[in-house]
Parts: sequence; structure tokens; C-alpha cells
Amino acid sequence: MAIQNKAKKPGWKELPEGDLIIGGGTALEFKTGDWRSKRPIFLKDKCIHCLTCWAYCPDAAIITQDGKVVGYDYEHCKGCGICYHECPVKGKAIMMVSEKEAKANEKK
Amino acid sequence: MANEKIVARTGNEAMAEAMRQINPDVVAAYPITPATEVVQIFAGYVADGIVDTEFVPVESEHSAMSACIGSSAAGGRTMTGTSSQGLALMAEMLYIAAGLRLPIVMADVNRALSSPINIHCDHSDTMMVRDAGWIQIFSENCQEAYDNMLQAVRIAETAKLPVVVTTDGFIISHGMERLEILSDEDAKNFVGEYKPENYLLNFDKPITVGALDLTDYYFEHKRQQVEAIKDSKKVILDVAKEFGTKYGRTYGLFEQYKMDDAQIAIVAMGSTAGTTKVVVDELRKNGVKAGLIKPRVFRPFPKEELAEALKNVKAIAVMDRSDSMNAQEGPLCVEVKAALFDADIKVPVLNYIYGLGGREIKLEDINFVYNELTDAVSGKSKNRISYLGVRE
Amino acid sequence: MKDFTEIRWHGRGGQGAKTAALLLADAALASGKYIQAFPEYGPERMGAPVASFNRISSSQISLHSGVTSPNIVIVLDPTLMDSVDVTEGMTSGGTLLVNIEKTPVEVRAQFGIDAGIKIATVDASKISTETIGRDIPNTPMLGALIKATGILDFKEMIDDTKKKLEKKFRTKPEVIAGNLKAIERAYSEVKI
Repeated sequence: MAIQNKAKKPGWKELPEGDLIIGGGTALEFKTGDWRSKRPIFLKDKCIHCLTCWAYCPDAAIITQDGKVVGYDYEHCKGCGICYHECPVKGKAIMMVSEKEAKANEKK
Repeated sequence: MANEKIVARTGNEAMAEAMRQINPDVVAAYPITPATEVVQIFAGYVADGIVDTEFVPVESEHSAMSACIGSSAAGGRTMTGTSSQGLALMAEMLYIAAGLRLPIVMADVNRALSSPINIHCDHSDTMMVRDAGWIQIFSENCQEAYDNMLQAVRIAETAKLPVVVTTDGFIISHGMERLEILSDEDAKNFVGEYKPENYLLNFDKPITVGALDLTDYYFEHKRQQVEAIKDSKKVILDVAKEFGTKYGRTYGLFEQYKMDDAQIAIVAMGSTAGTTKVVVDELRKNGVKAGLIKPRVFRPFPKEELAEALKNVKAIAVMDRSDSMNAQEGPLCVEVKAALFDADIKVPVLNYIYGLGGREIKLEDINFVYNELTDAVSGKSKNRISYLGVRE
Repeated sequence: MKDFTEIRWHGRGGQGAKTAALLLADAALASGKYIQAFPEYGPERMGAPVASFNRISSSQISLHSGVTSPNIVIVLDPTLMDSVDVTEGMTSGGTLLVNIEKTPVEVRAQFGIDAGIKIATVDASKISTETIGRDIPNTPMLGALIKATGILDFKEMIDDTKKKLEKKFRTKPEVIAGNLKAIERAYSEVKI
């Protein structure tokens, strides 16, 4: 994301006409993961795969495979915590941790 | 010239006739005097199965233009018609249609704006939206209204800009005249098939229309839009040339009437230009070198071309059928003067505000203006702005 | 025929003054003329005095101001002449055609019409009632107009009108016959 921002934006002669964005699914290119201050951690053993989190996620950041949750798209997850809030499992199948700490742990 | 049919039609009927031949995919409109008939007659064609158009009767002009925007963005050839308050109500959507570069074609019958409420002709409505980004084409008579509608489709789709074709309310819209119409086949071939490059219903090539543009992109898109309308001058001329070659009636950015050796000239748009021609002919019989310039397109404004055409005259009168409420002059005069300034042409330019709310403009009035110009040439000082035909 | 003719029609709202102007324009167009036909627009009320206009020429008409000095004035309803100055702006040598049972001499005396204006009269209401079955004077007035002014060729006009009526009233032959009869009768009965 940071790199994208620094890239030179196209001038008026290069832009598609009429404020069009050509091509579909371009939101994928817009990485919002670095907005996150809290990170959801997937607790695989507790998950009942009810897909409530998948339905509620405002950014389609819950990754599923064959109808089962397999993890989260951290490039787009903004850390809103709605998945955690809505998770019906007693004791929750999602854990929200500080992004800063999670990053520090990643480096170790 | 072949295959033309000569009929008697009012301006509204002429525009509806052009729409029938264009056979657009979608027409969305709301009725308003004096433009009602354009769409009413066309709705009859839809009801009778004469055209294939999807007709969308809406609850307001704002909705009409909104529906047109949706239809055009989806990829349909789209048309509408309105006047005065209807155009005013559309204003918000007109900017959107232009910004999205949608080639919508609109028939607009020039009518005064309220208040006071009035149904008759002046150019206030069209002038109000002159900066909306639409190509604006004025018609002198029924024939031009018809020819301009056919050409507008080609202009719009080539330039990727919306086009409004205007006639003067009642004077042309409800006046029956001799009209030469193309055969349906010629008209169909001339407008051709609409093949948009990008459109929402093309599932093979998805697009986003109308994305948010903040400080980082808005300016670039507007800059691009300005360039498009500037470039549309060439498109307008190309389309006019093809039309003229095929059907014998020539059009340009403006018409020059007896301007070759003119010493004094009037610049006037719409039906008044026709009346002015009669006066020019009379003056010429008496040896007065009078001429007329009739701008056909007000946007894009043909500034360099107009200055070139006016470079040898000694005095100019610009006729404005609307007022800018204490801007320098009326909207047409402001443009003409700026064009002359940039071309280093310094001659007396007199502005006449006339015909507001349908006030009659007579031969005597135009004669009076030419007399004033003759006086101005001989050095007599004249009012910069005069109100022609108003009771003192 | 003069090269450029301006005509004013006087009638009452609903009486067909506008239609008359359109019919005349259509007929003139069919004989190769350039034409204009336009009504006067105001608040439209049944019975109120209204006017409509024609311009007919053999060359293109670019004039788009109102008709103020007509060569021909046609009055569909003579009761208007008490309140409206139907000769207003008329040029000397012009023709005033009135739908009335009186003679031109009587009309001139009754309304004090200027000697420079020719007067023609025809009882178009009676003719239309007898031929079409209703008091719609505008169609027969066309026949009277041609006789009184020579503005169009009568045969050309009647042929063109026949063609148009046949198109419009395919299922009502009696309407076609009635209208044509009305025009022919007015043409022969008009008093000049």
C-alpha cells in the first residue's frame, strides 16, 4: 500500500475517459490490511464452520475452502472485529490480538 | 439528395420524426410545454410498435435524465426531450451525464425560466446549463432541428459527449414549415449502429461507472472532459461534412450570411437569425454592407473561427435572448467579445438583450440594430448593452 | 400569385383557425410552395378570439417574426368583427374574406371597411352544415380563399385534399365526399 501511494499517478491524458474503472474486481488491488490495529487469529480447533463470520465480514476477508473456514485475508482485513463479535461458539473461535504484538511475534 | 420526402411539419414533429428514424434503445422523458409533443408523438410510435424503443415514463425531469444516464451507461442509445423548468430540474444530472461521457441526445425547446412564469421562447434555459459539459446545438428552423437531431447522434457517439439540440419555443416548435426528410433507410445508415467501447452490460469486460474521485483524480477527469469538448469541434465538422455531401444541406460551427464584404454584422442564434437574413437582404439592396453570423454550436464555442470571420467588420451587434443578470453582457456577447479580445480585434461591440419571455422580435427591431451599427462605425457612442423591445 | 403572401385567420377557440392554417399550408406545400403555419399562443379558452397565420412563398422563408401586415385576412366567425379589428395592419389591395351570409357591399358598410381592401364573403357555415353535417367552416373557406385570391391552383388543391382525406378517412367515404363538396361549393358561391 505504501509503495502504491508513492507511485506516480496517471495524468489526464492517460486516464480512461469518463471516470471509468476498466476491469472487474479492482478492489482486490486496494490493500487495506495496514489499517488494522487488532488482528483476528483463527482458532481452528474451536471453529464449527457455521460461516457466520464469513457472512458478516464487511470486506470478504474470511477465506473458505469447500465450505469451511481456513483463515483470513490479512491484506484486506481491517481488524474491525465483527467476526469475533458474531462468532456463536462458546469462548469464540476467533481471538483478537494487538496487531503490533502480532507483528512482533511474526518477526521472532 | 435522393430519396428525400417533402412534408409540412412543426419543429416538434420534425424532432419526433428524427427520433423515429434514429430508433433509439431507450427514451426516458417527462412532458413540459412547449416540448411535450416531441416525446408525446414519439411515445405514439412506441405504442404503435413503429420503433423498438424502451420508453420510460418517469415522474420528473430529474428522473428522466437519471434513467437516461443508467440506460446510456448500460450501453443503450438514449434520447430525451425537455424545456425550461424541466431542463433546470435536470441540471444536476446533466453534469453527471457529461462527466461520465455518456452520448445522450436531448431535444430541448428553448423557453423562458420562471419567475415570472412564462411558457414562451427565450434562451435562458439552455444558457443556464451551458457549462454542464453538453455540446449545445441551436436550430434556426424545423429543417435544422431535424438535421441537427440526426447529426447529434453521430456527434455524441463519436465525441463521447452528450448533445442537446435546441429549437425556439412555439416559434419553431409549433410553427409548421416545409421539411425535407431523408428516407428511413438513409437516416438509419447515416446514424449507424451504436457500438460503445465500454458499457455496463458487457459482462466480458466489466467496468465501474461513477467511482468517487477526490482531490487526487477529479481535476484530471475534468481536464480530460474539457479537452473532449474542445476536440468535438472537429467531430461536429466531420459529421456535418458527411451530411452535406450525402444530403446537400451544409452545416458548420456557425453560418456566415453575406459576410464576405460585410462592414457591419449581427451575431444571433436560433429563429432570430432567420429574421435577420431578411433584413440583411433589404439592406444589401440599399447598398449597406450588412452581414450575419449565426452560431450553430454554443458549446464548444468556436472562438478562433468566429474571430476570424469577424476580423474585417467595423462594428458588431450581439443578440442575446437571455440575460446574465449583470455579468459583463449577455452570455453570447461575453463569449464573442472574449474571442475578439484574444484575436486583437478592437471594434465597437454592442449587446442587445431581446425577446425575453417570447417578446416579439420584428424586422424593424433588427433594422434598428443595423442602424445603430452604422452610427457606431461613424464614431457615435452607443450603449454597451441595450434592451430591445422592452417598454420603458 | 404574389411571391410572398402573409395570411391571418381569425376565429374563436375550438373553431379550427389553427387547423385551417395547417390545411392551407399543407395544400400550398403540395403545389411546391414554401410555407409557414403557426397559431397565436395564449391562454387557450373555448370561444375566446384566437388567430393563426400563414406565410406562403415560392422561395425559402427565413422570416420568423409574427405576421403584422397580412395581405389576406380570413374571418371564420363574423361575430368577432364587433370586438376585434380584423383589418389591423392590412395592406392596401389586400383581401378580407368573411364567413357570413351577407354580401361584400353589406359587410363594407356595416363594419366600415377601408376602400383599399377587397372584400369577399361566403356562407361557409351554411355550406358545411349542408355538406358535412356540422358547422365547421374552415374547410369550405379554403375553396373560397382560392377563388377570391388565386393563391393556389384550385384543381391541384382539391386533388391534394382528396388524397389526404382518403388516407385519413378510409372507412368513412361520406366524410371525404362531404368535405370536397364543401370546398367546391364555397369556391363557386363566394361573393367577390
